[in-house]
Amino acid sequence: MAFLDYPTLRVIWWLLLGVLLIGFAIMDGFDLGVGILLPFVARSDGERRVAINSVGPVWEGNQVWLILGAGAIFAAWPTIYAVAFSGFYLAMFVVLCSLILRPVGFKYRSKVAGHRWRAAWDWLLFLGGFVPALIFGVAVGNALLGAPFAFDETLRMTYHGSFFGLLTPFAVLSGLVSVTMLTMHGGTYLAAKATGPVASRARVAAFVAAFLLIILFAAAGVWAANLQGYQISGVLAHDADSNPLGKIVLRETGSWLANYRSMPWTMAAPAMGFAGAMLAGLTTWRRYDIIAFLASGVAVFGVIATAGLSMFPFILPSSFDPASSLTVWDASSSRTTLLIMLVAVVLFLPVVLAYTAFVYHVLRGRVTERQVEADHHSY
Amino acid sequence: MIDNAAVELSRLQFGLTAMYHFLFVPLTLGLSVLLGIMESVYVMTGRAIWRDMTQYWGLLFGINFAMGVATGITMEFQFGTNWAYYSHYVGDIFGVPLAIEGLMAFFLEASFIGLFFFGWNRMSEVGHLTVTWLVALGSNLSALWILVANGWMQNPVGAAFNFHSMRMEVTSFSDVLFNPVAQAKFVHTVSAGYVTGAIFVMAISAWFLLKGRNSEFAKRSMTVAASFGLASALSVVVLGDESGYTASQNQKMKVAAIEAMWETEAAPASFTIFGIPDLAARETHDAVKVPWMLGLIATRSVNQEVPGIKPLVAASENRIRSGMVAYGALEQARAHPGDADAKAILEAHVKDLGYGLLLKRYTDRVTDATPAQIEKAAWDTVPNVLPLFWSFRFMVGIGFFFIAFFAGAFWLSAKRQLDRYRWFLGLAVLSLPLPWISSELGWFVAENGRQPWTIDGVLPTFLSASSITAGNVWLSLGGFVLFYSALAVIELFLMVKYIRLGPEADAGGSPASLAPARAGE
Repeated sequence: MAFLDYPTLRVIWWLLLGVLLIGFAIMDGFDLGVGILLPFVARSDGERRVAINSVGPVWEGNQVWLILGAGAIFAAWPTIYAVAFSGFYLAMFVVLCSLILRPVGFKYRSKVAGHRWRAAWDWLLFLGGFVPALIFGVAVGNALLGAPFAFDETLRMTYHGSFFGLLTPFAVLSGLVSVTMLTMHGGTYLAAKATGPVASRARVAAFVAAFLLIILFAAAGVWAANLQGYQISGVLAHDADSNPLGKIVLRETGSWLANYRSMPWTMAAPAMGFAGAMLAGLTTWRRYDIIAFLASGVAVFGVIATAGLSMFPFILPSSFDPASSLTVWDASSSRTTLLIMLVAVVLFLPVVLAYTAFVYHVLRGRVTERQVEADHHSY
Repeated sequence: MIDNAAVELSRLQFGLTAMYHFLFVPLTLGLSVLLGIMESVYVMTGRAIWRDMTQYWGLLFGINFAMGVATGITMEFQFGTNWAYYSHYVGDIFGVPLAIEGLMAFFLEASFIGLFFFGWNRMSEVGHLTVTWLVALGSNLSALWILVANGWMQNPVGAAFNFHSMRMEVTSFSDVLFNPVAQAKFVHTVSAGYVTGAIFVMAISAWFLLKGRNSEFAKRSMTVAASFGLASALSVVVLGDESGYTASQNQKMKVAAIEAMWETEAAPASFTIFGIPDLAARETHDAVKVPWMLGLIATRSVNQEVPGIKPLVAASENRIRSGMVAYGALEQARAHPGDADAKAILEAHVKDLGYGLLLKRYTDRVTDATPAQIEKAAWDTVPNVLPLFWSFRFMVGIGFFFIAFFAGAFWLSAKRQLDRYRWFLGLAVLSLPLPWISSELGWFVAENGRQPWTIDGVLPTFLSASSITAGNVWLSLGGFVLFYSALAVIELFLMVKYIRLGPEADAGGSPASLAPARAGE
């Protein structure tokens, strides 16, 4: 096997896709969670400003994980980008609108003093957290179920579903896993970063969310184990040019468990999901806020990795025409592009992580009402 | 299978959301650099008024920046949602600069923007100044990568078609990166952003002076904006010319359409300064021409010809016929990947495959197209001459106005007489919308002039769209119009509110204070 041959690069980019999506869920996930919790854990205007300013200076950088995630799918998995974004057309539109609410909401809310103005923005910020969290979860659920699409001979994709067709019971359950997971994550962040009643209520919220996450994640796991999964039949070349029409795919109940049987180490992912959530719940109750936040991050990692590992090598299977399914071996960019992108990631991602750490270091410490009042740059 | 209404609506949606996004981008580009300059002066002199200037213009910058970020996400997502076949067909190349933009530029900008606002009391002066410059660097690098992507749409170098994967794949990334069209466009676009920032500061400062308030603050702001604006206005026009020159090398049809030049003229060609181009009649009514000028701009020589629209259409017709052969060979090669003859024919004609695809608008059986269909497809390669002709002329006119305006401002600031002539201050206030108008016209010329292609000569626009229904696009388009209009009202309301409040809005500052900010100075 040559150094960085095509199959290796494809697996590396499958891993990097996971890194970027998990990076988004861990970094921007707590911003989304804070948005979800905002109207509930913070009641007075002063309290709400504490919650908002706990993420105010950093959320913008965090959101770039999503921008980069989408950009990396475009560059490394263009066919998946094309199918997922156009297939889930209206869902993407709803996600977009709710994501747009956040930059303007954070920035504009406290620029006008009126109570109704601020209350309206608080609920819009709630939607800006809740809707993406829900829809991204629903999307993962639909990936596990398979999406109704097919390719013609020129690799033009047609989609045979509808917006409401996405909201099947299993997909909604996945959406709720995502919502409880990010609520837990946002709760542990607020517990560690805010002060006073906001932090105390956030601890309660994080505890409840962690508890719900364990139940819902277990339920989704049992359900997924009994779904009709997908399996490649016969041999599919791992180094051929990307052409998703060159394989035969079978559907079989329980095949989403196949990887756990053949590679038992993959069980670590669901184990991390459960253990992280349990630890986060327990430690947040005992006010070990930093440990709770880190444990919550482990849970986020475990839950998302579970979904990815269950499906490998599938990334987006097709329920309408299983042969059109998109896998690691036939939906990637060319080898040259994967290599160029890998070089870019190796060069720049460490720099990004370094200055992100620096920014958090400068902004260290809890946010208090007095501090928010005193700084006229506060949101 | 391709719903033509969905294609047209997707074009409208992309055009509207892109132009809306670009209301915020140039101000971010320009103001970020101006903030860096103002704060540098503060750190060097220690005078508090320069910190107040940085903070007040920074406040307005923030209101604008939020909208730029918000509307930028839409642009990235839309390639996938509305232009899925495009994403599949060229994602291998086009996705790379977009991803690197996120990794190298947008991360930098977005990570440090929080420290710009929240870091004033948490960092040393030099530390904060570094943060401000990193934000400016991030936003400018962002523009670089976006224009590398856009430049490749205009001049698709460094890529080749792969029939196995049925798409374009990268052959030379350095060709994509050092694409001369991309380089020219980048400098032209960021210069336009700098002009926008300079006019913004000039206009609002002039308004303060007309109101007789914040005079020291306003005059200093204008002094910075005048010199920065003059350099930028010169750069935007000179490098716009570079952009025109590179366009004439690879997008001859775009140049011919902008100039409404129907026939090839003897070199050096004349420049039509006025006229009413008529695409249906294929002539320009009431044309007023300046001899020699176009030839000099487009070819930088007196003896090279600039080809006209009609000869270019004839050339397109030949390429369509060659593209039909390529398409036939492609079908054969896809059905029988081992067929060496088909592969050889495809190889010989593949550079015209995109022209063959133009026929798909008229027939599914590209290889059997009739001469009438071929002629129609050949005339499809002519973009919309009339709006291009006039948009270009207004853009250039505004560009020359900027040079004159900033030259005047620079002269007045050198003589310390910026507040002397009320008419000049009034002119500065009235100029406020001009940079936005010229930027939007510029993008219209660049992108409408690229039609009928999304990737020039490679992929026609109507084939690039997703297979989505017109009903869905109506829903999203209507949603965007309502949502974006509401956001525009809110943004303008806040902008106007904080401009009226003036530098005093920034409670931390001590406006018009000339006292040293640091003890011991």
